Amino acid sequence: MLKVENINVYYGAIHALKGISVEVKEGEIVTLIGANGAGKSTILRTISGLLRTKTGNILFEGNSVATMAPEEIVKKGISQVPEGRRIFANMTVEENLELGAYIRSDKPGIRKDIDKVFERFPRLGERRKQIAGTLSGGEQQMLAIGRGLMSQPRLLLLDEPSMGLAPLLVKEIFSIIKEINASGTTILLVEQNANMALSIAHQAYVLETGRITLSGSAKELMESEEVRKAYLGG
Amino acid sequence: MEASSLTQQFFQQLINGISLGSIYALIALGYTMVYGIIRLINFAHGDIYMLGAYAGYFATTFFKMSFFPALIFSMVVASTVGMLIERLAYRPLRGAPKIAILITAIGVSLLLEYGGMILVTPQPRTFPELFSTATYNFMGLVVNSQQIVILVVSLALMFILTYVVNHTKVGKAMRAVSFDTDAARLMGINVDRIISFTFAIGSSLAAAAGILVGIYYNSIDPLMGIMPGLKAFVAAVLGGIGVIPGAMVGGVLLGVIEALVSGFLSSTFRDAAAFIILIVILLFRPAGLFGKNIREKV
Repeated sequence: MLKVENINVYYGAIHALKGISVEVKEGEIVTLIGANGAGKSTILRTISGLLRTKTGNILFEGNSVATMAPEEIVKKGISQVPEGRRIFANMTVEENLELGAYIRSDKPGIRKDIDKVFERFPRLGERRKQIAGTLSGGEQQMLAIGRGLMSQPRLLLLDEPSMGLAPLLVKEIFSIIKEINASGTTILLVEQNANMALSIAHQAYVLETGRITLSGSAKELMESEEVRKAYLGG
Repeated sequence: MEASSLTQQFFQQLINGISLGSIYALIALGYTMVYGIIRLINFAHGDIYMLGAYAGYFATTFFKMSFFPALIFSMVVASTVGMLIERLAYRPLRGAPKIAILITAIGVSLLLEYGGMILVTPQPRTFPELFSTATYNFMGLVVNSQQIVILVVSLALMFILTYVVNHTKVGKAMRAVSFDTDAARLMGINVDRIISFTFAIGSSLAAAAGILVGIYYNSIDPLMGIMPGLKAFVAAVLGGIGVIPGAMVGGVLLGVIEALVSGFLSSTFRDAAAFIILIVILLFRPAGLFGKNIREKV
């Protein structure tokens, strides 16, 4: 479904991604794990078109999206839930969801999907008219995920959905991610919480300073000595 | 006796101030919206107001339009020019340091002022009388028909703007871009188009202000935008730059203060009052009356 082929991304003179290749097959959860600054978010930002690759290509369902504008990429069916949630804190919960559906114009369909989000996250439904900035961290993350789903993506990019959340909430978020995947959305998940990420993913890549150092099925990586030492705490 | 004539004077200046202030408010809205979306003080904005006044002048003299068609015509002309300026002068500098765009805005301002002089001559022109001037007296206060038109038109425009920004799709997109441009992109919002649209709306409001001032003062010239442009900038800062209701309140407040200063002190202090307010606001409440102390985005 998604093929990232040998991309090189620079921030000015800094070579942030050094020949990265990643493949995501339809229906899977694929995770990118690695330390802070390894380039995980940079990969997602490049797929979404916020950053440009110097070389290589990004293919989505066989077509190159490497030079497309971010809004075109959303229309193709790739949606991103960015790091730090980035919800529109000065707008209501409902308005945030409406903005998630910006590329759509089928009003009844949008309405139905907003209700679906509220079904999935009842706490958001109770707060639909509330200003999003007043939500708790966990609720904001749910809103960010709900908003990401409103464009009806076939591929959902999730950037550190567990960041800054209490352990119980982290568990909840991961079970929601599994559910979303089960209902037919392919997922590319970036995480620092390698344990949780590997426990729900099918495939995984380990990233270190802009390079992929390991890849394989999530199960293999979970059992790998190197990964256990570096990322799973023993 | 003395006291009652003072109150009367006060309310009379209040009326004058509100009509002048609603014009400042219309111009201030353009400043504040453009700042909200690309963090640029568009110094050419006052000249768009001048351009709007001229478009209205030619619409009414050459094309013999009446008030409303002329108003629409001039708003359309100004929004087209506003979008063109953004496209040609500001968009190529999107990634450049802020100071480069600011200096470009000053350049565009000078271009419009002195280019305008070449096109329409520096000679002030008499704005045609579009309404028969009627004066209404009640309880010793004087209101003329121009003041009523100014107030009604500006209120209507501000009402429409508020509706567009709060309740339409494009308005929500504007707020999203203003709050977090990259997040807006991830929603599939075409940011360039929203910026264009913002310039169009801001410019059309300035053009409406230009026509209203033409009606009020009867005289327009190519440099007429400089002072009201600066004043409206003060109004936008007073209300809190980037905050739409702030620009409305700031504009009206500034107009009222100016009218009171010229009524009770001396009209020579009128301009000074505006800039004293700017200094005081920047010293004690730089975020403005309605502004939140927002963290700088890093």
